[in-house]
Amino acid sequence: MTDPIAAAGAGLLADALDAQAVEVTRVDWQPPMDGTAADLATVATDPRRRDANARAARAMLDVQAMLVDVAPASEVLGLERGEFLHAGPPIDWERTAGPMRGALMGAAALEGLVDDPEDAAALFASGTSVSLTPCHHRSAVGPMAGVVSPSMWMFVLEDPSTGRRTYCSLNEGLGKVLRYGAYSPEVLDRLRWMSAVLGPLLASAVRAGDPVDVTGILTQMLQMGDEAHNRNRAGTLMLMRDLAPAMVESDATAGDIGAALRFIGGNDHFFLNLAMPACKLALDAARGIDGSTMVVAMARNGTDFGIQTAGTGDEWFTGPAQIADGLYLGDYGPDDANPDIGDSAITETAGIGGFSMATAPAIVRFVGGTVPDALATTRRMGEITLTENPRWTIPVLDFRGAPTGIDVSRVCRTGILPQINTGMAGRVAGVGQVGAGLVNPPAEIFPAALASLARRVREAA
Amino acid sequence: MTSPPPDDVTHVEVRAGAYADSVALLQVSKDVAATPGVKAAQVAMATPLNLGLLSSMGFEIGTTTPNDMVVALRVESADVVASAVAAVDAALSAASRGRSGGGADAEVAPRTTASALTRGDASLALVSVPGASATVEAMDALDAGRDVMIFSDNVPVAEEVALKTIAGDRDLLVMGPDCGTAMVDGVGLGFANAVSPGPVGIVAASGTGCQQLMCLLDAAGVGVAAALGVGGRDLGSSVGGLATRQALRRLDADPSVELIVIVSKPPADDVAAALREFAGTLETPVQFALLGAGQPDITEAAESVLATLDRTVPGWPHWGSAAEARATGFLRGLFVGGTMCDEAMLLAAEELGPIRSNIPLDPAYALDASMTADAHLMIDFGDDSMTAGRAHPMIDPTLRLDYLTRTAADPQTGVVLLDVVLGHGADADPAATLAPAIRQVAGAPVVVACVGTEADPQVLGRQAAALAEAGAEVFLSNAQAVRRAVALTGGSR
Repeated sequence: MTDPIAAAGAGLLADALDAQAVEVTRVDWQPPMDGTAADLATVATDPRRRDANARAARAMLDVQAMLVDVAPASEVLGLERGEFLHAGPPIDWERTAGPMRGALMGAAALEGLVDDPEDAAALFASGTSVSLTPCHHRSAVGPMAGVVSPSMWMFVLEDPSTGRRTYCSLNEGLGKVLRYGAYSPEVLDRLRWMSAVLGPLLASAVRAGDPVDVTGILTQMLQMGDEAHNRNRAGTLMLMRDLAPAMVESDATAGDIGAALRFIGGNDHFFLNLAMPACKLALDAARGIDGSTMVVAMARNGTDFGIQTAGTGDEWFTGPAQIADGLYLGDYGPDDANPDIGDSAITETAGIGGFSMATAPAIVRFVGGTVPDALATTRRMGEITLTENPRWTIPVLDFRGAPTGIDVSRVCRTGILPQINTGMAGRVAGVGQVGAGLVNPPAEIFPAALASLARRVREAA
Repeated sequence: MTSPPPDDVTHVEVRAGAYADSVALLQVSKDVAATPGVKAAQVAMATPLNLGLLSSMGFEIGTTTPNDMVVALRVESADVVASAVAAVDAALSAASRGRSGGGADAEVAPRTTASALTRGDASLALVSVPGASATVEAMDALDAGRDVMIFSDNVPVAEEVALKTIAGDRDLLVMGPDCGTAMVDGVGLGFANAVSPGPVGIVAASGTGCQQLMCLLDAAGVGVAAALGVGGRDLGSSVGGLATRQALRRLDADPSVELIVIVSKPPADDVAAALREFAGTLETPVQFALLGAGQPDITEAAESVLATLDRTVPGWPHWGSAAEARATGFLRGLFVGGTMCDEAMLLAAEELGPIRSNIPLDPAYALDASMTADAHLMIDFGDDSMTAGRAHPMIDPTLRLDYLTRTAADPQTGVVLLDVVLGHGADADPAATLAPAIRQVAGAPVVVACVGTEADPQVLGRQAAALAEAGAEVFLSNAQAVRRAVALTGGSR
């Protein structure tokens, strides 16, 4: 019989098709975000857009992230004394929030710039002999505060076909940890042990064997109930399975090996710090494609939430970071939480985390939802993404691919904001983690990015 | 409109960010107005046109944006406000039933045309969202390799050119924007009459012109293979017939098409010339029905199609007879079809001289904002300026009925000329609201062009009979209706 017809707009015209026994797929159309209609039309009719977005998505999906090395930031990033990386878009000390301050103060003490972390505040306020740079500007990503200092050891991921690399620090565990802004002596002691024992042991294990296929582990994780942002249990165990033999065969003492394996196995988030740079490695492949409306980074510094797109170079579009909606540890409540922080939204940018909520029923309640909500969330994210990832599939959705490649124009058209699973840091420097939940970017950054894309289209014409 | 009696209670609320399409809101307004104790109800998006209407109804609306929904009620007493608002909510939720957010496993409804097209094997997209957003939805279809019909009006012409240029590069067809009518694979899209398959292929830059032609051919027993709308501006100089060429190529490749007819409002001369040249390169003969001074009207064009196909020209249907005219008075034509209005002005001007209009043949005869003049005048209620944020008058009769009431009371009205367009998508029973209004027109004859077929949901014969019963003289042919109305006007200039 007659082919089906897709209908957007007046229900009456779709009804008229129904009356003629034509199958109709009805679009649940709603007006776009305020003030975006003209820019949307400009970007939509940009003759470069379709191919640019296809190229961006293809470039992202073609990346294979291999763990090839573990080494200090001073070596692999050339980070020098007094240089600090941080999560999110650029920020200066005056505007930093509590957890960012706490992490920077702790890192300054770790590097021996001050004896007492409390003294570091004045050092950062003076701005002399110290500098702050976003992780993203140095091919790195940092969870929560994301602070990286020269002595911290980094995972090094490489795309074998291009040799491009990305970096991330080693995960410290939960609770009172530097990335949540805690800097007590036990936090610094743990970091020193990580640099002295864990880093070198991991390095020898990675160098001893074949590179670890991080993208492949992510594929398996998604089938095993991890969404690779707030749940990394399966991924952590698979990594340990790959590295443990070489660790045992290394020259390290049995005590150090046991401590390292106990630390990794006792920290369900250990793999997150591999998932994040794997996502960045994939998304960086899509940078610098004129005409593409795809988001290549979402990141927060605890004050601002910023995005970058494939078609707008290194420009950041920022707005105020939001407070997550979720569950709190112990007696903590919403008043204790800092606004959203961390580069970990790179996972959502790549289609996992909140975008793949449907695959992780075990964490749904932890982040304040139900299983049907999780299925609906993943499907809803499909409304704002360019494609599905054929490698990262979700069993409960009949093995559909993770929704991948956030399209700025579809966010503006639908008003659907990316869904991010996240931890919550305490508002006050030194507190640490207070909870976990769900958060969205501030809506206005998407029209801002769209306006910049539209301006570039007009200039190119 | 009259101001409300002092004991009435008005209730106005602005719902920021709420949205429903204008047809759904028309239904909501109707449902609420029928609630006991409610004297008037307008639930509408806060577009300038609707704000003007609300103001003329005596409602005071504060600051709004076009994305706000306004609920304006006039009720008998304050006790009724709560139940009236409840009726609004109930009607709005009924209007949005079937949207997303249903049960646990419910699929999330597609929010963009792109999403809808990835879910199924739809061969075509029909876009009728507000004009400022139509281009984006239409591009989704082109990106998915599908043809698109853009029913929406108020689309910027630069966007139309961009869409049609891209479509041409990809061998796809953009019907519209402001394409009211099409028929593809036997399916009527937008406002379309139910006609049989047959040898004629139509390319139409005019929705109601296309409908008039299809209905006349149907009355003569000749069917239509396809009717491809191209939008009213396609034959203008800025678009240059981009979609018309593409549509001609499609119909030329269709072996069931024996004759192609191009129907359009007055085109740009150079575009028409170029198209005639292009048409000469096709295997299928092409006949042009381009309205203009001294050109054949659509009824004559239909007769010439029949002659080409070697068919008999029937006597065109006609119902009732109009009362005799006042000795003096002006012709007042109130149209829902732009081409019906254009054709009427062209024909009437030959006898009566210039006709004032909101879509005048010559800009010198444009009506001012009052839409009145001490002269012969014709108004197209389907013009872009009359439909921003409102449903088309073929669906929503409010504006024309309001004007007809005032016209009926005007002693300068000599003859009233109306069009009624039937078919899929149009008002389910236009005679039901029009017949009482026609009865109000005392002292002036009413002539109606009723465009439709017996197979239409409204049934041509039934509608025409009801209009004739109310005192109107009804014709299937718009040209015949116009000539009759002009004759009744008695040469008043």
